[in-house]
Amino acid sequence: MKQVKHILMSNMVPILFGVLCVIGVILSGTPLSTILSDLVNRFDRNILLVLSLIIPVSCGMGMNFGIVLGAMCGQLGLISVTIMGLSGIQGILVAAVIAMVAAIICGFLAGKILNRTKGQEMITSMIVGYFSNGIYQFIFLFVVGGIIKVQSDIILSGGVGIKNTVPLDSMQYALDNLKFFGMDTRVDLFTGILFFAVFFAVFFLIRAALARSFGKTLVVKLAVCLVLAVAAVVMGRMPSMMVTKMLVRIPIPTFLLTIVVCLLIQSFMKTKLGQDMRAIGHDREVAGASGIKVDRTRIIAVIISTVLAAWGQIIFYQNLGTMDAYYGHEKVGTFCVAAILIGGASVKKATIGQAVLGTVLFHLLFNVSPLASQKLFNNSMVGGYFRMTLCYAVIAIALMLHVFETRAKDKELRQ
Amino acid sequence: MDAVKRNIRQFGMPRIIIIAFIVVILIGAVLEGQDMAALISDSLVRVGQNMMLAVAMLPCILVGAGLNMGLAVGIVCGLLGGLLSVQFGLVSWSGFLVAVVLSLVLGGLVGIVYGRLMNMVKGSEMLIGNYMGSAVVYLMCMFWFAAPFTNPTIIWPMGGSGVRTTVPVSDYYEKILNNFLSFQIGGVTIPTGLFLFVFLVCFVVYLFTKSRTGTILRVAGNNPSYAAMSGVNVNRARLIGIALSTMLGALGIVIYAQSYGFYQTYEGPLTMAFTPMAAILLGGATMRNVKIRHAIIGSFLIQTLLTTALPVCNQLFPESNLSEVFRIIISNGIILYALSQAGGESR
Repeated sequence: MKQVKHILMSNMVPILFGVLCVIGVILSGTPLSTILSDLVNRFDRNILLVLSLIIPVSCGMGMNFGIVLGAMCGQLGLISVTIMGLSGIQGILVAAVIAMVAAIICGFLAGKILNRTKGQEMITSMIVGYFSNGIYQFIFLFVVGGIIKVQSDIILSGGVGIKNTVPLDSMQYALDNLKFFGMDTRVDLFTGILFFAVFFAVFFLIRAALARSFGKTLVVKLAVCLVLAVAAVVMGRMPSMMVTKMLVRIPIPTFLLTIVVCLLIQSFMKTKLGQDMRAIGHDREVAGASGIKVDRTRIIAVIISTVLAAWGQIIFYQNLGTMDAYYGHEKVGTFCVAAILIGGASVKKATIGQAVLGTVLFHLLFNVSPLASQKLFNNSMVGGYFRMTLCYAVIAIALMLHVFETRAKDKELRQ
Repeated sequence: MDAVKRNIRQFGMPRIIIIAFIVVILIGAVLEGQDMAALISDSLVRVGQNMMLAVAMLPCILVGAGLNMGLAVGIVCGLLGGLLSVQFGLVSWSGFLVAVVLSLVLGGLVGIVYGRLMNMVKGSEMLIGNYMGSAVVYLMCMFWFAAPFTNPTIIWPMGGSGVRTTVPVSDYYEKILNNFLSFQIGGVTIPTGLFLFVFLVCFVVYLFTKSRTGTILRVAGNNPSYAAMSGVNVNRARLIGIALSTMLGALGIVIYAQSYGFYQTYEGPLTMAFTPMAAILLGGATMRNVKIRHAIIGSFLIQTLLTTALPVCNQLFPESNLSEVFRIIISNGIILYALSQAGGESR
């Protein structure tokens, strides 16, 4: 009983938001298949951006609101390939390379500034985001076309600055629906579940074989995969599931990429560098005294975060198909931080599981709150304001809780 | 050489850059043949209408709570007070004074609650204040949407409910301060009333900082543990400072609106805190030392720059918002510079 209470208490935030989501879904009165299809899309767009927050947290730098910087680098990559006239997966890959180079430079500079303001990283990273937003706008409104002459459709008719919206039709779904020997890889829901059930079964088996440990948990995991696979095959043939099958599209390549990134983050944290980061996150002074190059490691953490965010933004827009060149990145930091906090993360500790759960809950709530308010008040604006209030309030409250916790710990230490 | 370097450091790199900018832009304006008298008149109005918001930063820095990133909390109080006075149908001076009194009262009440919250999170006031402020702004968005105002100036013409995104005060007290005793010198209009009122408030704040209470606030901000040992109630001092800051923010938006001609509701207050923050920092304030002249000098510099930049930029790049981009870069650049100068923990 005590254990149940403990689990409930320590997962208060995700549970609360889960309940809110359920209420929202019921109130909105929208068919589940519609909500699910939207949720899969939103998850696909945002998961990498949210994952990019994890490493700076483990390095003790708190939430990196500066992933806005990475998002801008991603957009820089996409704009460049559009001007070059590249399309399809080729365009995405070139954009990813350009974005990576830009993100490494920006991340390095941001890391330098954050090293000058230790203990105030979050507020500084936020202002860094606002400041670089100004620079970004300056570059794309005036430098492109004004100083660097460019010939492209996306340049404004006056010849200076790029348009508000950049069409990415030629790149839409280039990664989500990567052609594999002519086969579509952005598949319907049941094929998707079947694929990932088989994938995970194979993955677990290989991992167990490598570690030479075949325990009970492996059997359970395999059984779950098998049940899912069978359910997917059976439900895929049921006529009542036709609508769901038609609506929900699973982008296998992007999800595979996400899984790879998760595994990389996990194994990275086990390397020497990752361990150093954890040590710094635990106690910066002790880490510094024991010979870890604190400043350098922190800069690397920021660079990794920025690069991941840049790629995340590219994935976001290849799914959406049109890019909001000037405002698309502005709220990325706030939304992603809110998402990971809703998943149960704190400023001191964030895991991949929390990122995934938080992204699902946050975007479910984001999707249903305007619909629910449309039903309740006959106006969708209220729901829009409601979700923004929640978004900011969640961040504020989570940060407050963090302050209380640290203070309680300090008191304990002193006693 | 060293003396020059020290002087430059004392004067502050950002101020040198900004003044250089202003000079360049003024030269540009003359070369472009801009109407200089109108430009200077506009600048004076902008300086006056924004100064109060910069002054609002002062008490908060004074008590050691850093920049008041949650100034939006005060601003929405001012908006509510101002809209209430419009709702009552009060015009001219009575309308303006009622708006001032209501916004001060609301700002004070909300400021006490906000100050208590900030006392709970000592050390992270800026970050948490920022998100708290944004949350309050969006909470108020829902309120504006459902608020039971009935004056047709306030509510949407169609549908008959909900506050407009911009509420004009032209029939009530637009420019009532600006036009009070205003006169012209060589084509330049001096908004006497505006400056009289703003400087009066500045003087009151100055007297306050020099008073016994003000000294207590300063001590509590500079060295909390020393202050606590010598019998100062630090939490109470911080509460006074933050509540005062919120009140001045509320007052600031009323002054802003009477000059600007509109109350901007909904998401309007969201980004309003940043330029005043930059202004007081540019004026020379640091997290340890703040004086009323910092707010005044800073407002003069940054608002003159932003106002004169607008027509010059428009001439260079027609139909663009270069001046808005300028504002973002300059104000956030100054804040960032101040943060990095304040310095973190050493290791």
